[in-house]
Amino acid sequence: MTDIAPALELRGISKRFGDLVANDGVDFDVRRGEVHALLGENGAGKTTVMRIAYGLTQASAGEILVDGQPRAIRSPRDAIDAGIGMVTQHFALVRPMTVAENLALGRSRGMGLDLAEARRRAADASDRFGIRVDPAARVEDLSVGQQQRVEILKALSRDCRILILDEPTAVLVPDEVDALFATLRSLVADGLSVVFISHKLAEVRAISDRVSVLRRGKLVGTVPGTTDDRELASMMVGRPTFGVQRPTDAPAPSAAPTLRIRELHATGANDLPALSDVSLTVGAGEILGVAGVSGNGQTELVEVLSGMRRPTRGSVTVDDVELAGADPARMMRARVGRIPEDRHASLIGDLSVAYNLALERLDDFRRGGRIDEGSIRRHAEELIQRFDIRAGPDDPVATLSGGNIQKVLLARVLSRDPRVVIVSQPTRGLDVGATEYVRSQLLERRADGAALLLVSEDLEELLALSDRLVVVYEGRIVGETTTAAADVGELGMLMAGRGKAA
Amino acid sequence: MRISAWSTPVLVVAAILITFAITAGPIIVAGANPIEAYAAFVVVPLTSQFTLLEVLVSATPIMLTGAAVAIAFRAGYWNIGAEGQLLLGAIAAAGIGTLVGGLPPILALPIMIGGGALGGAAWALLPALLRVRFGIDEVVTTLLLNPVALLLVNGLLHGPWRDPVSGFPESPRIAGSAEFPALIERSRLHLGFVLALVIIAVAWYLLARTPAGLRLRAAGLSPHGARFAGINVSRTLLGAALVSGAIAGIAGVSEVAGIQNRLTGGLSPGYGYTGIVVATLGTLTMPGVAIAAIFLGDLTIGASSAARSLGIPSQLGAVVQGVLLLTTVALLAVRRHRSTRSDSGDAGSVTGDVAAEAQPG
Repeated sequence: MTDIAPALELRGISKRFGDLVANDGVDFDVRRGEVHALLGENGAGKTTVMRIAYGLTQASAGEILVDGQPRAIRSPRDAIDAGIGMVTQHFALVRPMTVAENLALGRSRGMGLDLAEARRRAADASDRFGIRVDPAARVEDLSVGQQQRVEILKALSRDCRILILDEPTAVLVPDEVDALFATLRSLVADGLSVVFISHKLAEVRAISDRVSVLRRGKLVGTVPGTTDDRELASMMVGRPTFGVQRPTDAPAPSAAPTLRIRELHATGANDLPALSDVSLTVGAGEILGVAGVSGNGQTELVEVLSGMRRPTRGSVTVDDVELAGADPARMMRARVGRIPEDRHASLIGDLSVAYNLALERLDDFRRGGRIDEGSIRRHAEELIQRFDIRAGPDDPVATLSGGNIQKVLLARVLSRDPRVVIVSQPTRGLDVGATEYVRSQLLERRADGAALLLVSEDLEELLALSDRLVVVYEGRIVGETTTAAADVGELGMLMAGRGKAA
Repeated sequence: MRISAWSTPVLVVAAILITFAITAGPIIVAGANPIEAYAAFVVVPLTSQFTLLEVLVSATPIMLTGAAVAIAFRAGYWNIGAEGQLLLGAIAAAGIGTLVGGLPPILALPIMIGGGALGGAAWALLPALLRVRFGIDEVVTTLLLNPVALLLVNGLLHGPWRDPVSGFPESPRIAGSAEFPALIERSRLHLGFVLALVIIAVAWYLLARTPAGLRLRAAGLSPHGARFAGINVSRTLLGAALVSGAIAGIAGVSEVAGIQNRLTGGLSPGYGYTGIVVATLGTLTMPGVAIAAIFLGDLTIGASSAARSLGIPSQLGAVVQGVLLLTTVALLAVRRHRSTRSDSGDAGSVTGDVAAEAQPG
């Protein structure tokens, strides 16, 4: 035991939601001037335990100590009074207001609000903590990374000494991650304690002094931040992991590409241009990765290729058949398999797994004029087995976990032996086991000679799976490289829109 | 017991009990004993053959409009225009009914029913096209076409179709071969009731057992997901709207051929709107619609007999129906809310975060 009490200590925290045990006797502490990471798969209970520390939810059992003193934390108000701040994944900022006004919101008492005073205080805080933001800027005009800085500043300006960050890097580009880490290091040097919630091993290793691993609501152990990736990963999943990696042998370059996109233009949801002059090709047995920060046209590209959005100009061909402007049914007839980022909206949550698996080709499941329930069921049982879906054929899809929903979509698409697979953010939000499975399925399709277009924000994933990479920025392709020759720093610059200047 | 786990029949029974508790107040104010009043509303009509048959007579049109509304709602097409579609079916039936005198009923009736179905579907076509082509909200357009249909009825009755003999604003009586035969001697229960049951059964089969029905349900549950799976959602909506209009039109045929034997201005006391109540109480399922229609028919007959036996206003029947609709919708909404909240995995929600964050200060 050290003679100085930890800044924050959680003892035996348990939390139940109905029958679900989210946390089971978790012990966790963070010392003054340290970054302590909380690592675990999705649903391991990381966020829940920290929501308890911040008073967003109450523990079923256990106690919270601040500077060695037991504290009752029943609301964020109590947590803030105890010097605890939290930046959640969804920012709690008022978007049309300025930074200064947002900072003043949680502090002002009574009716009056002195805006000049608020701006001065915001500028002070910005200087004092070395976090650069313009107090007069409107939050909605700021990038996501800048908004996150406002959130951190908001917590610090409430005299927070223990800062909880929930998956802070999920929304950031690599450069912004570096800037965040630099900020955190200097704050920690001044005595701040940071709890860093993440499921990304590399980041956890880069920033943490200690790492605590949660699995299924229980603490697996607390280890130094220098522990190697392999060990951390096996603590996380409870077994040794293997990295799913594209075979290094280059695909046999085929004479003509399977998927060819020429000079494609499309508008986005707000009728503003979202894709400009996009041209690319994907060959048989090849995975083309599309890198970029979300919101740079990837969604529209996938929608056009899914038949859900009509391009304004340009050509999309599969085996030389023109498909620009085709509807989903025609895309499917051309053997284009589609796995978009929004998997919930791509299935019908209130219908059963069996119906969802059959929905793309109902005409194959009819006997006379009626649905052949028996063959729909047999089809579902076969795919459930083959794709390791943890659900029954009659379960509504909405009751499944994210990983299993993705497997249903994957099964529906891959069981039809597609020539082209359009896949976006295939492993986002999935745990390590499901991620490995999805990636290995995609690589199997590659081995079978399909052409895959893989859109992802996860650079590690793109580098592990793709043969070639393109980078999109503001609806244009700003760079192209083979994965073997890819330079992560350069890709990061391209993603941030600084390709030409650098 | 958690509301999110309640089955639909349990929920509807709970809604009925809550409704009785709420409407006890107005009944006491009206000077009656609530228990006696409910017995008069619900039980008394079922105790004699005459009133029992009347219950089925009054259930017939709302069973049809209920089925019409339920099919459209299941597809996610909010057809509020069953009233107008019913009136167009009635106009078609009254017109055809006077022309088919020379035909035997076996020909006259199908022609008239088909004509009424076409009339109802035609009235449903314009709002459906506006919705599918231009995204114009069908709630507004279908609703606004209802008074237009009523004006059309009154225009005919005060103009070309005015009865030349009596001079009343009623159309000439339809031919005898076009009248729906009574099912039971000396009762008003007519062929329309059997027609309604057949349509309910066919609609159930189509929805539950055919690919088209599954596509319709998929489009209603998630238009985006259905479209993504290659279903032509526009065509599905259009089909659902036309079938819905056709069934509502048949309700108009049934009232003309089975009850009035002519077109009258007071043909429908809002059967199209009551169809929305029936569809909702029946939770948009066909067996549910049949049961809800008979229950509301029971209440209607019960309320008018209670007016005589207990001296309370017969409008109390409408009050009970209205409160029942509200409680059912409220309980359905609560169940939906509870079950989606308990599904949302990793503890808490976005709104929870923001609400909690906004709390201090």
